[in-house]
Amino acid sequence: MQFYGTELTSRLFLGTAQYPSPKVLCEAITASGTEVITVSLRRESAAGAGTGFWQMLRQTGARILPNTAGCHTVQEAVTTAQMAREVFDTDWIKLEVIGHADSLQPDVFALVEAARILSGDGFKVFPYTTEDLVVGEHLLEAGCEVLMPWGAPIGSGQGLRNPDGLRAMRAHFPDTPLVVDAGIGRPSDAAAAMELGLDAVLLNTAVAKAGDPIAMAQAMAQAVRAGQIGYAADPMPRRDMAVPSTPVLGLADLK
Amino acid sequence: MKITVNAKPHDISAATLDAALTELGLISPALATALNGAFVSRAKRVDTQLTEGDRIEVLAPMQGG
Repeated sequence: MQFYGTELTSRLFLGTAQYPSPKVLCEAITASGTEVITVSLRRESAAGAGTGFWQMLRQTGARILPNTAGCHTVQEAVTTAQMAREVFDTDWIKLEVIGHADSLQPDVFALVEAARILSGDGFKVFPYTTEDLVVGEHLLEAGCEVLMPWGAPIGSGQGLRNPDGLRAMRAHFPDTPLVVDAGIGRPSDAAAAMELGLDAVLLNTAVAKAGDPIAMAQAMAQAVRAGQIGYAADPMPRRDMAVPSTPVLGLADLK
Repeated sequence: MKITVNAKPHDISAATLDAALTELGLISPALATALNGAFVSRAKRVDTQLTEGDRIEVLAPMQGG
């Protein structure tokens, strides 16, 4: 699967926040097998802690996907993206324009506007959006080649709130890479997203806040892989009634 | 000249953005800057003149989801 022309083997994107320590973060990245990690920009202190963090991440070899987390307006998101491009030396940007401080729901109107500006400026935009099909169409028209619908509110760990909406999105955008971004809590959630035919899963808190983040990183990687293979294997249709799997023909009469 | 850097007031003698960063000890190569809400690239800091009351944001890599 290619994302903006870049071939990725792993379908798990991993966030880098909230880990118990930098060491655990690095080990979780390795354990997950991820090729894409998300990062952010925040105010620098004179201590220069950001530089050490950046050097540590570069050593993981993973591709960097900076985000615009915390931005609530088009201008904030665009300026943050421009700053991230310079610092991280990448034109990839995970575009978040938050519309509501409590739900962290994306402001899809501002999202489309920011996506159009950034795409026109050469960015490869990964928009954090909802499962709304019309918004998805507008994002593609604005220049996006990837869509990242939410599974549930950021950091909630609720899993897939609207699997039917994600299924509809898959059907409506058969050739667009779709990444479930946010809301994944358990490996089964990640597998379920992949079984719907989505192309990748982006998660952070589910690994970082697990009792054993490194083991959870492994579990998420295997769940994503299982879901991916399962979808490709074309699961059987659901049935309303029981159907015996053991042949009835040749059953002994033991009455 | 009184300016604001990352929401904190500073009284600096530097006249340009580049000089201000040096004066404030913000010399890491992994920094990005914005002046009054607009991005200023690394290359343009030397030629970016500051004026009284300017708001500067200096951002660095951080953990993110």
